Order: sequence, then C-alpha cells, then structure tokens
Amino acid sequence: MLTKRIIPCLDIKDGRTVKGTNFVQLRDAGNPVELAVRYCEEGADELVFLDITATTEKRKTLAKLVREIATHINIPFTVGGGIHTKEDVSVLLENGADKISINTSAVNNPGLIDELAKYFGSQCVMVAIDTKIIDGACKVVTHGGRTPTKIKTADWAKEVTSRGAGEILLTSMENDGTKNGFALDITKQVSHLVNIPVIASGGAGKMEHFIDVFKLADADAALAASIFHFREISIEDLKRYLQHQQIPVRIC
Amino acid sequence: MNVVIVKYNAGNIQSVLFALERISVKATVTDDKELIQSADKVIFPGVGEASTAMSYLKERGLDKVIISLKQPVLGICLGMQLLCDYSEENDTKCLGVFENVKVKRFISTNSSFKIPQVGWNTIANLKGKLFSSIEENTFCYFVHSYYAEANSFSIATTNYIQPYCSALQKNNFTGVQFHPEKSAKAGEQILKNFLTI
Repeated sequence: MLTKRIIPCLDIKDGRTVKGTNFVQLRDAGNPVELAVRYCEEGADELVFLDITATTEKRKTLAKLVREIATHINIPFTVGGGIHTKEDVSVLLENGADKISINTSAVNNPGLIDELAKYFGSQCVMVAIDTKIIDGACKVVTHGGRTPTKIKTADWAKEVTSRGAGEILLTSMENDGTKNGFALDITKQVSHLVNIPVIASGGAGKMEHFIDVFKLADADAALAASIFHFREISIEDLKRYLQHQQIPVRIC
Repeated sequence: MNVVIVKYNAGNIQSVLFALERISVKATVTDDKELIQSADKVIFPGVGEASTAMSYLKERGLDKVIISLKQPVLGICLGMQLLCDYSEENDTKCLGVFENVKVKRFISTNSSFKIPQVGWNTIANLKGKLFSSIEENTFCYFVHSYYAEANSFSIATTNYIQPYCSALQKNNFTGVQFHPEKSAKAGEQILKNFLTI
C-alpha cells in the first residue's frame, strides 16, 4: 500500500537552515546537511530545501550545498527557490536534486511549467502554491507571501496540473508558523480537484494535526519545518502514532 | 569492477551515480557502445517518456547494443519499462527483452489514487539474488504513471490500484520499477546485490 509521506522542509538562507513565522522573523535552525542526515535516520520520506534568498550570486553556493546533501542522503529531495529557467533546473539536477519546486516564477510565467515538464518529466516538477484568504476567497500569493494576486487557488491548482506539474505543495499563509494545524478546507478542495499528489504545508504543531490533514483533508503528504528542527516532535514518534491511528506510513 | 551507466536522453542519472558513490562504487556514464559492451555491469536508468527515449536509443544504435549484452544489466524505472515488449505510453514498441510484457497506464478508480504514484510502497513475492537479505514487504520509493502487468518474469509485485509487477528478471537482465538509488538502506542493499550477481 502506498503510504502517506512525512516531509521535513529546510528553509535555507546563506547556507544555514532558518525558520520564520508567517514567512518573516527568521531564526537560525542549524546546518542543513546535518539536519538532512538526521531526518533521513529518523525516517523522513523525502526532504524539501527552499532557498529563500536565492539570488544570482548565491546560485553557485546552493549548487554546492545540493551536491553535499545528495552525497549524504539516500531518500528523494526537492530543491526550490529562485528557479526561473530550464538551465537553473539542469544545474540542480546535475548536482543531485531529484525534483525542483517553482512558485512565483510559475505564476509570472505559467509556460515554464510546460517547458520543465516536457524537458525533465512531470515527476521532477513540483509546483508550490502559497494561498491566502483575500476578500473571503482563497487566492494565490507570491514572493514568499508578500504579493497578493487575483488568481483563485483552486483555478491555479487545476491549471498547473494540466500544464504538467507532478505534485502540488500547498502552503496556507494564515497557518504557516502558527502551529495551530493545517488549512484543512483548501487542502481538501485542492486534493479532490486534481489527480496529482498534494503535499499540505503550514501550521503543523501537534501530532493530531497530521491525522486531520490525512484523514479529513485527504492530503498525500504533509510537510513541516520547525517542529522537526527543534525536536518538538520526532519523525519516528509521529509515524508510530500515525500507524496506530490506521494511517499507512513507512516505518523504518 | 567496471560499472557503466547508459547515458541517454532520459532523466536523472546523477542520483544513481551518487547512490553508487555511497556504496564506494565509481561508475562511468557513457553512450559509447564499446564501453557499454566491455563493462562488468550495466545500469540502464531513466525517467522520462517512452517513445522519445526509444527513438533516441534507436538513432544511436543503442537499442541493439543493450539487447545483445551478456553481462548483468539493471533497468531502473523507465529503463525497466523499455526492457519490456510494449508501452502504452505513446504506443511505443520497446526493446522486447521481457517478451510479451506490456506496460500499461494506471487508471484511477477513485480520487484517493493519484497518478503518478509517488512515494513509498512495499515490494512482495520476492525472488532471486537481487533481493537477498531483503524482507518481504520492504518499502521502496516509486514515481510512475505506467506499470508492467503481471508476467512470468516477475521477481517482485506491488499493489497500487491493482497488483502489478514491480521487478522482473530474465537471464542477465533485471528490471525494477522503483528507484533503489532513492530507497534508503533497502535500496542500497538491492544495488549491492545487483553488483554481486
């Protein structure tokens, strides 16, 4: 049976792991390679690295970091942040990334999804969607949550799927960093709307939140950062708990 | 030991190289016929689309090279599918090493079955040296929209929507649908097993 995936996310700034609340107030959470290895050993199913300060001059540093991670871990990992072109993707894949994640650049240039899916295959194209309730409706926001758009989250989810995205990483801006639980309504809506896997993100604070997002919102995977970084919940304990609650998970 | 990874227009070969490095094996990535033919072990990886991959192999004569290999060959994911007879993906005639084995597209029966299948699933009904010291129902990492139907070459099965064949073997040819290079410790053991066949 295919299992539900638990995915720690590492936000990278200048080669260090950081974590903020509602996408600001960054605090240091350690060396990304050490964290990656620890997560692997604890039974993480995949890892996601988001370079939140990806600028042209930092790309080379990121490529080096990706290579170092790739040589150390034996599970799939995704790299996102500052990807605008096919060439950006090539560099990351050549350094050992398995998938890439695009967000703002896909909103600005939706054709990028088609291009990447055609060239590298859908399996390596994750589209990250940041969603926020604006005027009572879930809308897409870009630039790490700073720029609102008029695009409805549900419409965008359908569009990225038809353009060839392999997975959707859905982050709720209201929930991110709050530890009050995932955004169940929009996660469920998107998961039912598209036939590609949906990774829920933003708001994990307790083990019960994972039960909710899998059982009530039908997410295929759940992503979290700070609760894992700061050892508030261990992946191993979380998985045993989920298994006990009849949710299929990979126990190592 | 001289390990060669077949270089062609499908996908992410780097992950396989890194996985081999982790078990202290240095491999050569090449599309050179003679280097492939003289290798001790050949790995035929791939993610991508079947018809484009087949055209590429044919244009370079690699199709004939691969089917005539006598040393152990391991096809991974698309590589495994291309070793079968036929793929529904763009109606593609494949290499035909695993005779009469058809590769079909998953058809979702309800909204909980997403396509592609992405993630960790178990392998069972394990046979042969490839799986020596691998327990039944071990988890491996899968990413695919097409699958090999049940067949007489099967050395592992997996269940997604329906049971299907997740590994095959015939003489020196082995194929696995999952990604051993991304399947944690079990995957490393499977790669080691292949290299000692």
